[in-house]
Amino acid sequence: MGYVAVKGGEEAIAQAGRLLAYQRLKGTSKPLEVVQIQEQLYLAVDRVMSEGSLYAPELAALAFKQAAGDTLEAAFMLRAYRATQPRVGYSLPQSGEEIRIIRRISAAFKDIPGGQVLGPTSDYTLRLLDFELLEDTPRRRRAFMEALGQDLVDAQPLPLTFPKVVDILRKEGLLVETIGNGGNGGKVFDITRQSLTFPAPRSAALQGITRGETGGLLLLAYTNMRGYGDIHPTVGELRVGYLPVRIAHPHSGEPYSIGEVKVTEAEVIARFNDAEGSPKFTLGYGLCFGHNEIKAIAMAVLDRAMQSPEPKTPSEDQEFVLSHLDGIDSLGFGSHWKLPHYVTFQSDLDRLRQTQEVGTEARPGSGKKNAI
Amino acid sequence: MRFSEWLHEHGQAKKSRDYNFAFINEAAKREIRRKILKAVAIPGYQVPFASPELPIARGWGTGGLQITLSLIGPEDILKVIDQGCDGSVNAVNIKKFVGQVTGVSTTTDTRRATIIQTRHRIPEEAMTRDQILVLQVPFPEALRTVEPSEAETRRMHGEADYSQMWLYLYEDIVKFGEISIGARYPVTVNGRYIMDPSPIPRWDLPRLHLAETLFLFGAGREKRIYAIPPHTRVEPLEFEDVPFRVENFRGKACRRCGSRTTFLDEIIDEASGNRTYLCSDTSHCDKLLAQQDEQGDCACK
Repeated sequence: MGYVAVKGGEEAIAQAGRLLAYQRLKGTSKPLEVVQIQEQLYLAVDRVMSEGSLYAPELAALAFKQAAGDTLEAAFMLRAYRATQPRVGYSLPQSGEEIRIIRRISAAFKDIPGGQVLGPTSDYTLRLLDFELLEDTPRRRRAFMEALGQDLVDAQPLPLTFPKVVDILRKEGLLVETIGNGGNGGKVFDITRQSLTFPAPRSAALQGITRGETGGLLLLAYTNMRGYGDIHPTVGELRVGYLPVRIAHPHSGEPYSIGEVKVTEAEVIARFNDAEGSPKFTLGYGLCFGHNEIKAIAMAVLDRAMQSPEPKTPSEDQEFVLSHLDGIDSLGFGSHWKLPHYVTFQSDLDRLRQTQEVGTEARPGSGKKNAI
Repeated sequence: MRFSEWLHEHGQAKKSRDYNFAFINEAAKREIRRKILKAVAIPGYQVPFASPELPIARGWGTGGLQITLSLIGPEDILKVIDQGCDGSVNAVNIKKFVGQVTGVSTTTDTRRATIIQTRHRIPEEAMTRDQILVLQVPFPEALRTVEPSEAETRRMHGEADYSQMWLYLYEDIVKFGEISIGARYPVTVNGRYIMDPSPIPRWDLPRLHLAETLFLFGAGREKRIYAIPPHTRVEPLEFEDVPFRVENFRGKACRRCGSRTTFLDEIIDEASGNRTYLCSDTSHCDKLLAQQDEQGDCACK
């Protein structure tokens, strides 16, 4: 009977947990090592770190394993772990110019200072299934590693840093400095310590979208690119590499490097007509943990879209974008409908019966959504 | 005395090896308590708070849970209910989690508990001034039904501009001959703010009015805390000629304890297809039953 079914209690929960673990373990393959996930499924790890808002590759790989490959669940676990950690301090502001590059491209100029560096990218690979990977052996890997780089002549090491492409436009005065900067008294907002109020300062907006769910970000950015909006982005520069993290030394106050994090940075350029109607370029900015180019680009498009002085489409409406991007929030709320709602449903039933008794014009489909 | 010292004295500094007492770190708990104080000072006003993530999903009671965890001490006695029921899986899950990270004792007895966390119900038994009821809130904004933008609803609250809400209720009456809101019925608190009482049935609203108990509301995903302090006016929105009405259980009784004065769950019998009713507040139902056993008469016969 329905009433009893929800009262399984502690024992049922424990058994359900065991059954869940069994699903992952019941096969005959060897146990998956966390380090294998970290090294070989690194893009999933990067995505989990980015959405989980914690740079911790090993823990992200662990979460990915525990969640059996569900990136939303894994990011949720990482975020929950993050919330238990005390805030030790804030790192110093860091320019993307200091990223130790493994890849940087510009779609705006053919020739850029420092040159285009294609780096590790799947952009120009054919998406054909590689059946050889079905027989992935250590010997095959060794052979690949030995052959790697042998046919390269005159290879030069990359410089440590590259100049920024958008600085060219900046020097020429073609780039309008970003609208909507500031807020919060010029201080950097911390969305993990304060809840958002709208209009949110840009620092809060960027933090909100950098921990956003990749699919959600892409969807909203795509609506804008495709037609529900007016951003025709040019990728001024896309960088992937390692960004140094510095803090102020607790005694001397001097900048002190404590390590580096892998990031993807995108700067998109879009045209904008100022109040007088004369066209200028403006910049949309995206930066996320790990190697996730589509996320960084979507982020930059949304950053630019949200600067529209008169929002006309969902992707230009800051409150709309920032309120719906967080994967942990939407996952939780979307799944809470599985919880019992008998009381609210009973209450709605009562109203429905009453209005049908009273109602001369009660029409189906016009009922209110109150069963929460 | 600092909370950590007090905890130490009570010999319960850490229950779970890797986590702080009551899971949330002390700095974050302090922030939540500050926001609770502000909420108590401005009855019905939604106070934004940081709302860090918990290992339980957003939408599953994390707002209420953060309030409970930030208030609970080793000597508290906790009761958790979902749909009025102590044994519901979600209630059990939350109770187990709080138990794990605090080691506090739990109860199903409304009278014994010092903190009761609930989803969708207020216990049938009257609570006292020494107890706190923590309500889980999915939608903290009562005006969301008429206005999707948070920036706009905050302005409306600031200016007490509630005309859209009243218009909505009026149109409801025009369309249906009745206000068609089931649960989550909006109330005015202390004559000032319109507040979402969380999705409790209308049945429970009178118990918020001029009560002995402190009611705390937590919305984790939406990052809002609000409160109804004891002895505060809580009035459902109504018109002079269309009064507020609670759910109608006329002629119905709990088939277990026979109660005709409690909120009932409607049960459809699989075999016969008949409708029967059971108390939604299961521990209250148990109590009534036990009393009848003592007195040797059963109302259900």
